[in-house]
Amino acid sequence: MSRPRGVARLVPVVLALALTGCASSAADDTTSSGGASSSSASGEINVFAAASLKESFETIKTDLQKRDPGLTINLQYGASGQLATQIQQGAPADVFASADETSMKTLTDAGIVGASTVFATNRLQIVVPKGNPGKVTKLADLADPKLTVVTCAEAAACGKTQKKIEAKAGITISSDSQEPDVKSVLQKVAMGEADAGLVYVTDVKSQPDKVEGIDFPEAAEFGNQYPIGIVKQAPDPAAAKVFVDYVTGEGQQALQTRGFGKP
Amino acid sequence: MRDAAGTTGRRVPLLLVVPAAAAVLFLLVPLAGLLIKAPWPRFVDKIASPGVGQALGLSLVTATETTLVCLLIGIPLAWVLARTRLPGRRLLRVLVTVPLILPPVVGGVALYSALGRQGVLGRWLYDWWGVSIPFTHLAVVLAQTFVALPFLILSVDGALRSSRGELEEASATLGADRWTTFRRVTLPQIGPAVGAGAVLAWARALGEFGATITFAGSLPGRTETMPVRVYTELIDDYDGTIVLSLLLLAVAVIVLIALRGRWVQGLS
Repeated sequence: MSRPRGVARLVPVVLALALTGCASSAADDTTSSGGASSSSASGEINVFAAASLKESFETIKTDLQKRDPGLTINLQYGASGQLATQIQQGAPADVFASADETSMKTLTDAGIVGASTVFATNRLQIVVPKGNPGKVTKLADLADPKLTVVTCAEAAACGKTQKKIEAKAGITISSDSQEPDVKSVLQKVAMGEADAGLVYVTDVKSQPDKVEGIDFPEAAEFGNQYPIGIVKQAPDPAAAKVFVDYVTGEGQQALQTRGFGKP
Repeated sequence: MRDAAGTTGRRVPLLLVVPAAAAVLFLLVPLAGLLIKAPWPRFVDKIASPGVGQALGLSLVTATETTLVCLLIGIPLAWVLARTRLPGRRLLRVLVTVPLILPPVVGGVALYSALGRQGVLGRWLYDWWGVSIPFTHLAVVLAQTFVALPFLILSVDGALRSSRGELEEASATLGADRWTTFRRVTLPQIGPAVGAGAVLAWARALGEFGATITFAGSLPGRTETMPVRVYTELIDDYDGTIVLSLLLLAVAVIVLIALRGRWVQGLS
């Protein structure tokens, strides 16, 4: 090491390595101490869940970790199809909870996820900003091009359901934006930037101060089924099973409070 | 200078070569991965599928419009930063770089808070004239401008500050007014920097995603640019995503190479 300048240039690299080293060892510490402190379920699992499950799964996570303090649950949300793609590309998921059966089927067919169980149902509702400035009362109103309407992209689960509903009702929604997931639809209505959108009943319930929901008859007919399954290569299948059992058992309460239907 | 650089080029210390090679690999491997993983048999079908040409066209048009806006407002601001003694100039320079460090999604949210229907300014536009900016073509250009403007300003500002301005003084002494001096002396002098800045801004606008999908949304034919299309494609067609990514990459590279030799010496 007789070249001080070369060494000086390496300093940031060494620092970075040292820092990441610290970070990962710290993470290891938490995991191991967490695992030691509980005699019931323990371990760390990564749960990939549809965006619409966010509020319920946060509650479930808190409740379950209270019951089994040794269990660390990492939750990641997104559009079901996108999560399925990520899992297929090797994302470290242990449990997958989808908002539609199509995305789950992709993974079960590919042999990545074993069996799956439906644990909740949901249906679409028209969402409008509090006070309903666009005076929307029924589904057909969303065909009015004068209103600013946002919906889900056709590739998303909510978008697929919406297409079926449009066909059934014989209308074409005049959408100003086709968002990649249901939460961004909700957000744009909650901000007051859109007059109406189509989201799940559960989404409407998640922002009671900002939005109102309007039921329409076709929605009941095209409800969504939410399946949950364990990724076959999950490093800790026992911990993953604890989570799935909780969601299909005690966790039902949290789901139904948020507006989900029974499986 | 050039000779000196040439000599060191022959005996590069290993300590530099190894990490440099790592950097090259780091850039090349993911791109090569795209090429290797591409579903070539589906390539033509996918590119020809409905909406793709539309999205690419929209991207090219909006990126070009964005660049024009950047030139129009960016060059004057760069001049103000470099050539005046305006108080608060340093702060202004920091402000210019903010979009560079801000996550683009935050840029989109910021645009909402200013120009959305409920925004600080947007509220008046909507209440008085019924004008609503989000979800429009204009919203795409505004979102792209927000993230691309710093590239132009920093490039031009840098060039102006490194040129001393003697020619400008001479021009003034010879009786030219300030506007003539700017147009006839300053602008030609910073030409290459303007070109380089414009190309960087254009490329940044072409790849812009976060601010666009946040503020302009995604509607095929109106606001669905190529990067947004790539993102929605990811929901249910990973292979398709690769094809579209390659298409966008190819178009960007071809345009940059075509421009580089002719107008943009600053980049080569």
